[in-house]
Amino acid sequence: MKKLIAWFDERIPMTKTWNIHLAQYPAPKNFNFWYIFGVLAMLVLVNQILTGVWLTMNYVPSAEGAFASVEYIMRDIDYGWLLRYMHSTGASAFFVVVYLHMFRGMMYGSYQKPRELLWVFGMLIFLVLMAEAFMGYLLPWGQMSYWGAQVIISLFGAIPFIGDDLTLWIRGDYVISGATLNRFFALHVIALPLVLVILVFLHIVALHEVGSNNPEGIDIKKKKGSVAEEDKAKFKFHERFTKKYDIVDAFPFFPYYVVKDLVGIGIFLFAFCYVIFFAPAMGGLFLEPPNFEAANPLKTPEHIAPVWYFTPFYAILRAVPDKLLGVILMFGAIAALFVLPWLDRGKVRSIRYRSGFHKLNLTVFAISFVALGYLGLKPATEIYTLFARIFTFLYFAFFVLLFFYSKNENTKPVPERITK
Amino acid sequence: MSNAPVDKGRRRFLTVATSVVGAAGAVGVAVPFIASWNPSAKAKNAGAPVEVNIGKAEPGQMIRVEWRGQPVWVVRRTPEMLASLDKVSDQLRDPNSEEPQQPAYATNTYRSRKEEYFVAVGICTHLGCSPQYLEDSFGEQVEGVSSGFFCPCHGSKFDIAGRVFSGVPAPYNLVVPPHYYIDDTTILVGEDGEQA
Repeated sequence: MKKLIAWFDERIPMTKTWNIHLAQYPAPKNFNFWYIFGVLAMLVLVNQILTGVWLTMNYVPSAEGAFASVEYIMRDIDYGWLLRYMHSTGASAFFVVVYLHMFRGMMYGSYQKPRELLWVFGMLIFLVLMAEAFMGYLLPWGQMSYWGAQVIISLFGAIPFIGDDLTLWIRGDYVISGATLNRFFALHVIALPLVLVILVFLHIVALHEVGSNNPEGIDIKKKKGSVAEEDKAKFKFHERFTKKYDIVDAFPFFPYYVVKDLVGIGIFLFAFCYVIFFAPAMGGLFLEPPNFEAANPLKTPEHIAPVWYFTPFYAILRAVPDKLLGVILMFGAIAALFVLPWLDRGKVRSIRYRSGFHKLNLTVFAISFVALGYLGLKPATEIYTLFARIFTFLYFAFFVLLFFYSKNENTKPVPERITK
Repeated sequence: MSNAPVDKGRRRFLTVATSVVGAAGAVGVAVPFIASWNPSAKAKNAGAPVEVNIGKAEPGQMIRVEWRGQPVWVVRRTPEMLASLDKVSDQLRDPNSEEPQQPAYATNTYRSRKEEYFVAVGICTHLGCSPQYLEDSFGEQVEGVSSGFFCPCHGSKFDIAGRVFSGVPAPYNLVVPPHYYIDDTTILVGEDGEQA
């Protein structure tokens, strides 16, 4: 066995990679439950790829065959229903864990220097994920697939001058048709997953270069020679880390956090399986009722709502009376998150040591996001539109206020070390 | 290996020239990938605009044509029909055409470019049936209004400008397709034309 490993190690950095990234990788000792969502996102990604590959084995990507082939998978393939529900529930689960993962980053300042690029890679993942989910939702070719895509693609029509030509180019036809379905299928099963996996790889490479943040927002890498020998973490870390720094308050990722993460994964799977087996449609949230009917270009559903994970942005779009401005604001809501590392000019990372105003600001932001998500599901009545406008304002106010107060924020003193 | 001194200027020129040629090649290669997303010849053919000759339409008459698989109506409205439009405004769901069911040039009371001619997609906005044109028997549906469109499937009613009445299943006014007048007797359905 040892000889075999040595044979590989001479030809590929096998043991070295294992040590640098797992067995001798220093992770802060104070991770709390918010730190589970990264690994859960990876788990769901694997689930999506695996079930997705299996679904393509029976799915027919054509306007004539798509809806019937999904029915076929659900009824006639052994365990086809399970594979499909794992995939459809996985899509929603992906957004649940990604939104919580992002909020974790916002709470503990994980986007701040030196983790800006890590955050940007994360945002790119989020963007590709949204494209992936949108295109995947067209594939069952149900009523909501069709009309939801109709609404979203028509957003590009709001762009001046090139809008109409652009929507025509995206659809490949004058209406959403088999041509659109086929290209979305190609992008959904090949192009975007490939991009997604590459981005996840880069996200992790960037993470392991700068190291994980933690709930205290304190560095675990101290200047070489600044820490007394008895204060250093009592584990063997790879010399790549110890060469330049003294490591404090850390565990090796493997086996300590792997074992901890397995518990989180277990709890997550309980919830995930509950939804798959008992509420795969989640009361119309994960699979919308009109989608149990085949797409019909001549029949508009009463009320077109996107799937829940898009509704916060959809609510922002609808809150603005002007279509172009609405589209700009909707994309602006995502763009603002992209530049968050540069909007926050604070030096203190964790919310634990930031001002009361920052805590309030972040709370209002979180409430606004959830409220917008709710409003995006509802029809645009006058009172709902009013609320959508208020919460849209508060959503953007978070970023504007943050930019101004963060420079001279009244923060608490940050301890030197994570409490022992 | 030659021992001649390195000519930096020459080296730089060659680097830049190679890069430019390479970039041009990359752009060239991108063309087929991008262009293949345009509507195919088949899709273009199926979606081509349709000419309608209205020269011989009598007042009150409807002409039906097919455009992109849908029935398109052209109704030559009489002065009495046009006069009825204002009378029904308060019974309509969207009398001012605020929902985007028509191009900008048809966002008016008549929902048309020219008052006299009404162009619409003859598909009910409820469940996609094709409503009937009731030239003079619409009074049975809405008292005091002699002409309009009635959908036999679920009883949706539209006035002679395709505006939906309140209290019927259809949520929106009938769709007005893009169209323009090539000349006084010909309408092209499917394009906004220069006037748009």
